[in-house]
Amino acid sequence: MSTVLELRDLHVEFGPGRAAVRGVDLTLRRGEVLGLVGESGAGKTLTALAALGLPPRGATVRGSVRLLGTELVGLPARDLARLRGRRIAMVFQDPLAAFTPVHRIGDQIGEVMRLHERPRPTRRAARRRAVELLTELSVPEPERVARAYPHELSGGLRQRAMIAMAVAGRPDVIVADEPTSSLDVGVQAEILAALQDARAATGAALLLVSHDLGVIAGAADRVAVMYAGRVVETAPTDDLFRAPRMPYTVGLLAAVPRPDTAHALTQIPGAPPAPGERNEGCVFAPRCPVAGPECDSTVPVLRGVRPEGAPGHSVACLRPETTAARAAADLYPTSPPPQPRPRGPVTALRVTALRASYRTHRAVHHADLEVRRGETVALVGESGAGKSTTLDRIIALTAPESGRIEVLGQDTAALTRSGARRLRGRVQIVLQDSAASLDPRMTIARIIAEPMEARRTPRDLVAARTRELLTQVELDPRTAGRYPHQLSGGQRQRVALARALAVRPELLLLDEPVSALDVSVQAGIIALLRRLTSEPGSPACLLVSHDLAVVRQLADRVVVMHGGRTVESGTVDAVFGRPRHPYTRALLSAVPDPAPRAERSRPVRPLIPLQDVDLSTGCAFRGHCPVHRRLPAEHRLVCERDLPAPPATDGAACHFPHTDEGVSLRGRPAAKGHPPAQ
Amino acid sequence: MAGRALARITRSVTLLLVSVLVSYVIASVALSPRAYFEDRTPRPPASAVDHELAELGLDDGTPVLARFGHWSWRALHGDLGRTLDGGSVNAEFGRRVGVSVRLLLVGTVVGTGLGVLAGVWAAIRRGRLPDHAMTVLSFLVLSVPTFVLALLLKDGALSFNEGVGHTVIRYTGESTPGRGGTWPSRLADRASHLVLPAATVALGAIASYSRYQRAATLDVLAAGHLRTAQAKGLTPGRALLRHGLRVSLIPVVTFFSFGFLALFTGSVFVEQIFGWPGMGSWFLDAAQKGDVNSVVAVCLFAAVAVLLAGLLADALLLVLDPRVRR
Repeated sequence: MSTVLELRDLHVEFGPGRAAVRGVDLTLRRGEVLGLVGESGAGKTLTALAALGLPPRGATVRGSVRLLGTELVGLPARDLARLRGRRIAMVFQDPLAAFTPVHRIGDQIGEVMRLHERPRPTRRAARRRAVELLTELSVPEPERVARAYPHELSGGLRQRAMIAMAVAGRPDVIVADEPTSSLDVGVQAEILAALQDARAATGAALLLVSHDLGVIAGAADRVAVMYAGRVVETAPTDDLFRAPRMPYTVGLLAAVPRPDTAHALTQIPGAPPAPGERNEGCVFAPRCPVAGPECDSTVPVLRGVRPEGAPGHSVACLRPETTAARAAADLYPTSPPPQPRPRGPVTALRVTALRASYRTHRAVHHADLEVRRGETVALVGESGAGKSTTLDRIIALTAPESGRIEVLGQDTAALTRSGARRLRGRVQIVLQDSAASLDPRMTIARIIAEPMEARRTPRDLVAARTRELLTQVELDPRTAGRYPHQLSGGQRQRVALARALAVRPELLLLDEPVSALDVSVQAGIIALLRRLTSEPGSPACLLVSHDLAVVRQLADRVVVMHGGRTVESGTVDAVFGRPRHPYTRALLSAVPDPAPRAERSRPVRPLIPLQDVDLSTGCAFRGHCPVHRRLPAEHRLVCERDLPAPPATDGAACHFPHTDEGVSLRGRPAAKGHPPAQ
Repeated sequence: MAGRALARITRSVTLLLVSVLVSYVIASVALSPRAYFEDRTPRPPASAVDHELAELGLDDGTPVLARFGHWSWRALHGDLGRTLDGGSVNAEFGRRVGVSVRLLLVGTVVGTGLGVLAGVWAAIRRGRLPDHAMTVLSFLVLSVPTFVLALLLKDGALSFNEGVGHTVIRYTGESTPGRGGTWPSRLADRASHLVLPAATVALGAIASYSRYQRAATLDVLAAGHLRTAQAKGLTPGRALLRHGLRVSLIPVVTFFSFGFLALFTGSVFVEQIFGWPGMGSWFLDAAQKGDVNSVVAVCLFAAVAVLLAGLLADALLLVLDPRVRR
């Protein structure tokens, strides 16, 4: 196979000595998919942008980028522009930001053809070809999509249009930078499929940049792992996942939560060096469990893993023999999976038939959930499912529009002002964005002390408790005098946890607590949460998350929401192992599995694009429902007429739920007397 | 769409009415037309002054709101009342409005146009000499009062004329009185009168618009869609032209409706200094005399002009940004 893109000793620097990419070598061969994986700050996006000759302002690029034999570094802007779009094209992470908001999608796709094809097609012809291209990528209603402005489309459609735009010039190389990271899991699977289709249709090579090992496992032929601006390991996908050799890769792979089971998670202590830090020696040595003295002085280069390694497996490590045949658990601290617990008798939080609006839009139609003392319940669903609105209503401690919320035994509708204030101290919350939820002008000690001071705790007790809390969340007590911006994301999230635990709450609300964190950091927070929620006397927990793999690691029970309704609830083993609702099944099947073989053979049940259905009656999911489509007509009528009853404690809101024997057709008889849904 | 436009226009008309009421009340309370009549020598008897004031609808014995009611009833029928000298406000309005509109129109078009161009230019050259020069010049212009700027320009024109040897740039009036000739020569004459006042009005606008446009362009230069445009194969310059400029104009257009008011205020002084018989100089004259009816007429003109600028800004926004269309 011929090489289409070759990076040699690529450096991207922000000022002298501040290198964010420090000597990357990559080879992309015709028609292959190379996964470039790494955590934030590893330099993957900068590498991708440098490959297009589009480094951000203020960055200088050194080294070599050869595209089909042409050296791009140092090429004049005009010549670079001629290659971009035609020889190499890019798919960006956030399609809303990446499309120009004031031009129609069809015109933006057509522009690529008008730029590169000679004779230049007319505007009309280009627009027509854009529609054809969208049709090829099986975009529903291609005419409408081409006429639409970017803000008028859903995230998934926008990203497909972005892919169409990338292949419009029939490029030899497509660079996709986190193409699915801003999308829901259901849509994610579709986009990855569309990307593969587009690649297959054009024969282009794909450089797929992602932090998500599940995405890489499923899509890539080969993988390059980046850490702190260097490629530290590269191998065929199967070999990398089966037998990683770089200590970092070993830890990273074992830190990824899997959706199928609660398992032991590896933590990599410490944090990657900042750009410009640690210019000598191995960049990973300070965190490395097997580092020796030579690792501090010699920069390791990528070298083939021989004799026992697979062909094409190279690693930048001075002591690769130390990791051979050693499990991650031998190298890194590892947190054991939580033990299943019997359900307690006392209810901490109960939401019944909640209805709620977000701005003018009815976001929650009917939510039910219950959290008992001593357990962690996860509320899961995609964006727009109503999770956040439900959580908002619980935090508000006021009467809901409709339905009932009981917090620690008290009906929020009956709360007096002072009653609500007292209750508020017993309920605490941890939010997703720790940078935004901690006051940047307060020291860590003051942040943690604040809820105690609000309850008039004596000063000396506060100081002692603050120290205790810092130890509890595994932070150095010296952190107390620092400010939030001096901490890493993981450390800040620990502070947020310490603050929430300061007043010994009885109910803890966790809103996407690890979603903003990198895998290796996330593993530490998950381990901490596992410990904090399983100790005797620990608070009851409501965990709101879209990330099913994380939920699998933390929750005892799961409540699934879709379109503002609770559609299924049950124990985590039951819901993940034997999902009853077609939506839950589709959602679970869409989660990428960070194991290549499993991931490629995984049957993805993509959601059927919404058909034209009248949602004023019947089941709101039927437009997407694979079961509904296969039903006999008289059974279908049931779905169209009756709203499925909300699930009892365990079960699904479905007329024809899956059972262990397949889809149950017992259902409700179509002809007679079930009261029509309101 | 039509409904929204109608609602928008209704709101403008309501605002217009409120603004006229407020101007009338403030003018009536603050100005003293009685003093103007009493100051004549020999001092006329009080009854004669009362009579004259009543004739003009300015009788200070009647409550302000009643006077306003009377005035607005006549105004609705197209009669803006009479000046202190007994002349028709309508006639004066007619004579002066064209002069001001010409000045404002040229000042606005040149000011916003050059301001936007200067802003884009400064943004592209950010951190380099043109950008720094623009920054310094803008702040100089913005920190110098209009009348000082006008006098400086006048001085400059004077020495320019001397240097050239004959009067190229004129700085009094808006045309040479009694000048006949063919229309091209008349046009040239008008243009030579227009240069200085229009430049004074436009300079302030260029200074402020260039600042806004610079900031908006910098935002766009950092936006993802500009990077996409380059990834498609556009050179940086063409990417900005095709994908950036229109987006960057959106916030600046919103500023236009406010910016016009500053421009209008500037033009009041400019007319006075360059001896243009427009609405602005009329306003200063009338305010000095205590001519309530004339002052209110100018306020009415200002209110209409500002509201039209607002409507124009809204219409432009609809054209530029599909996200606000619904």
